[in-house]
Amino acid sequence: MIDRRLLTNIDWMLVGLVLSVSILGILNIYSATTPYRVIGAPYYIKQFNWMLCGMFIALVVCSVDYHILEDLSYWLYGLLFLLLLAVLIIGRRSMGATRWLHLGFFTVQPSELMKIVIIVTFARYFTNFQVVGGLSVKDVLFPLGILAVPVLLIMKQPDQGTAILVILIAVSMAAYVGLRWSTVATFALVTIPVAWLGWTELLRPYQKNRILDFLDPERSRLGSGYHIIQSKIAVGSGGIFGKGYVKGTQSQLRFLPEQHTDFAFSVFAEEWGFIGCLVLIVIYLSLVLWGLNIARRCNDRFGGLLAMGVTAMLFWHIIINMGMVLGIFPVVGVPLPFFSYGGTSMITSMVGIGILQNISMRRFMF
Amino acid sequence: MKEQRFIRENMESKHRILLLSFVVGALFFVLVLRLWHLQILNVDDYRSMSENNRLRFVPEAASRGAIMDRSGTVLVSNRPSFSLAVVPQEVKDRDALLDQLVSLLGLDRAELAERWEKGKGRARYYPVVLASNITRDQVEIVEENRLHLPGIEIEMKPVREYAGGKLAAHLLGYIGEVSEDELDHKGYEEYNPGDYIGKNGIERSWEKDLHGSDGGRQLEVDARGRVLRTISEAYPTVGNSVVLTIDANLQKQAEQAFGDQAGAAVAMDVNTGEVLAFVSNPGFDPALFSGKLPADIWKEYLEDKRHPLENKALTGQYPPGSTFKIITALAGLENGKIDENTTVTCNGSYDLGSSTFNCWNRRGHGVTNLKKSLRESCDVYYYQLGEHLGVDAIAATAKKFLLGAPLGIGLLHEKGGLIPTADWKQKRFGKRWYHGETLPVAIGQGYVLMTPIQMASMIATVANEGNVFRPHLVKRIVDSDGKTLKEFQPELLGTTGISADKFKLVKQGLFAVVNEPGGTGGMARLHDVRVAGKTGSSQVVKLRNSKMATPWQFRDHALFVAFAPYEKPEIAIAVVVEHGEHGGSAAAPIVGRMLRAWFDGKKPKREAVRTKTGGDKEDNGDAAPADKEPAVKGDAQDD
Repeated sequence: MIDRRLLTNIDWMLVGLVLSVSILGILNIYSATTPYRVIGAPYYIKQFNWMLCGMFIALVVCSVDYHILEDLSYWLYGLLFLLLLAVLIIGRRSMGATRWLHLGFFTVQPSELMKIVIIVTFARYFTNFQVVGGLSVKDVLFPLGILAVPVLLIMKQPDQGTAILVILIAVSMAAYVGLRWSTVATFALVTIPVAWLGWTELLRPYQKNRILDFLDPERSRLGSGYHIIQSKIAVGSGGIFGKGYVKGTQSQLRFLPEQHTDFAFSVFAEEWGFIGCLVLIVIYLSLVLWGLNIARRCNDRFGGLLAMGVTAMLFWHIIINMGMVLGIFPVVGVPLPFFSYGGTSMITSMVGIGILQNISMRRFMF
Repeated sequence: MKEQRFIRENMESKHRILLLSFVVGALFFVLVLRLWHLQILNVDDYRSMSENNRLRFVPEAASRGAIMDRSGTVLVSNRPSFSLAVVPQEVKDRDALLDQLVSLLGLDRAELAERWEKGKGRARYYPVVLASNITRDQVEIVEENRLHLPGIEIEMKPVREYAGGKLAAHLLGYIGEVSEDELDHKGYEEYNPGDYIGKNGIERSWEKDLHGSDGGRQLEVDARGRVLRTISEAYPTVGNSVVLTIDANLQKQAEQAFGDQAGAAVAMDVNTGEVLAFVSNPGFDPALFSGKLPADIWKEYLEDKRHPLENKALTGQYPPGSTFKIITALAGLENGKIDENTTVTCNGSYDLGSSTFNCWNRRGHGVTNLKKSLRESCDVYYYQLGEHLGVDAIAATAKKFLLGAPLGIGLLHEKGGLIPTADWKQKRFGKRWYHGETLPVAIGQGYVLMTPIQMASMIATVANEGNVFRPHLVKRIVDSDGKTLKEFQPELLGTTGISADKFKLVKQGLFAVVNEPGGTGGMARLHDVRVAGKTGSSQVVKLRNSKMATPWQFRDHALFVAFAPYEKPEIAIAVVVEHGEHGGSAAAPIVGRMLRAWFDGKKPKREAVRTKTGGDKEDNGDAAPADKEPAVKGDAQDD
């Protein structure tokens, strides 16, 4: 299936970066979950299995030439649209938020897959849509439609964290294609009233609370502002060298909420300190820059856009998650790729890496 | 041309990537700056927050909602109870502290240590409850010695108070400390060890409403436990109250009527499905269960042959006995096998093949029509009718009453009873249905099983001539200000599709049971309200022709189902007296007393008081023989 020549072109830099973050993640999950009573396999073992599983999927993804995605893109988009619709209908029935779709023997979270599919769809669209001097307002109307449909469906679930990410990915790709200043200005003018409307009409009380808590942790009633305070204490008390592995008092005494998933980084920061964080951030920065490099080196427009989209996805996850842990952003349920515990995040990120590898490997073939 | 444009475009993209790389780098740099700010510039502040100073969470349990009867009489409310808690992270010398507690308060050391260990894992400076329900004296001792007991605190929690004592104990249920299993279970994430949770009955089914939301304060305290400041505070929200459909007075009268006898009673509003009384006797004291149940009482409950902990109205499945003749009769009318004039001659027994099926009246009932068959509960009539109908036709009619499956009363573990069919037997036992097996089914024996809820629902459906309402226990949910949050409307589960004239024929028979000479249910008669009903007794073991006194646990169950008033039915009642032997003598008087209580309760106050005393006397007179050896049975006998 894989051409011999391709194997010699494997992007070891990419593999190395992803593996090192994943392994650090597993070590960190081991520490973060020691205070938990666990039934069945411990979290770090499960995460290890997810990593293997993800790597296998990445291998499958990079074994087929990525240009097939160009043909499949709109079909994928249509399929995801139907899946999102199905989630909504089934979710209606089970009262409350449902993000999962049970397809017999396995479950999928269509909103998560949408991150990948929006990348593929936008890449496909902009491949054949060449502009000089940046996209005008008129040029972005159609892509905006492509974006709005799934985003509205995801917001309806409601899964605002994912919706925001899908938007950020799309906007990043549009920015990469190029936007005219007039377009940016127009959207700023439209977005502000819409945001105001969204605040008053669309956001649910708990979402507003999270944003308000972020702006002023002291205002909060019990619980919501707690995350931010505790996370800051954990990170700040780590100091330069950290408290040592499995010695973080904040995490070991379970001050931190969701400390193995969304707040995994604050456990790491407490135990490894500024130096450890610097290492992790450098690895992540390298990963993102390497992704951009893959986009730059790619010789066809579709591949470049694809690589750019995947990189944007990883980038925004990293920035939002770390920003949240450090108290720069409000608490949104966004995991840190390869680092937070969770199969869904691991698989999606690995699919992205598979695509990057695919493009990187075939850069000489075109 | 196109090539050129592509290259230009490409150049632009490459240029942009460089730009994006700078943006990426800048944002990552912001993260590093923030880390620098937290971990290097402010490390001392955060270190001290995490080490010397502690955030502590002092929970404040929400006051649990009340449970009231339909008229607002409070059945379950709260009183304060104190418990002893510890914040394990603040204690340097655990053993010394435990010794002190033991010597000061006289508590059991092993138990304190066990709770301490169990509670540890969950905490983030979360107090672990060491002893619940400590006395006010113990509270005072702790307060006096506060300085010598670092990490120890007193928590005030409201506990349940049951106004009626054992009244409706099975229905109300009880609360208890959340178990470890429950804590690990999904949906209980908000609970912490030591929290109270509904374990049973209404307390359990309506936990979400009753519980309210717990509050608490996030405090910053120093190493000695002194409060430095309150970081945030959330006031607990009082739980909502549940207003039951139960009538407390009717419930009380019914429970008293049972006396020491074991059994169940369900009373229902025939037009709405509202459950007016839900009795399982003997009861237990739910208040005992929220604390630590003394071992001897626990043992007593477990060893009692009458099974006081079992909710017989909900989970008891009994052969309906002759009360099931109502279904067989309707099946006969529906299938055109009988009409009001069809007669059968009863000689006291009926032969089918080589078997002989006895009527309870060995002397025979003579020429018997539908009305007489019900009035005197002639078995032979129904043997013959059953033989003509076949088991599946009887089952089909029973299914129209939605028998054979739980009706969904809204409590956990409701049983469904059993309506046998030929198919069912084939599947269950792999054997075909024998014709002879239909005969016992026709008189509610054999495989047929019904819960008291189903019996009440059945007779209610007869009374209203075809509507099956979901029996429900909750009228509405109100918040702490008394504002109604949810109001439950009658829910029609189905209609039988049997015509009113057929119901009328059966109802005439049921009226005769109570009101005509020779009727088996005379003891349910009231002087001012016309009652209709059906007696039944269901075999526990086959002990025929035994004239000797049967041991209690082998005696037949006594049943009575009734509705009133006959002309315009309001209330339906089903009573099962376990091992009470005869429906007419053991169960009918209880129904009579319940109906008396219900109709008295509806009269204007002054009059009600007068008639109630009179009624009580009369009822006691009726109920008395039921408790004694069934010597004075005469025509009340029913087999």
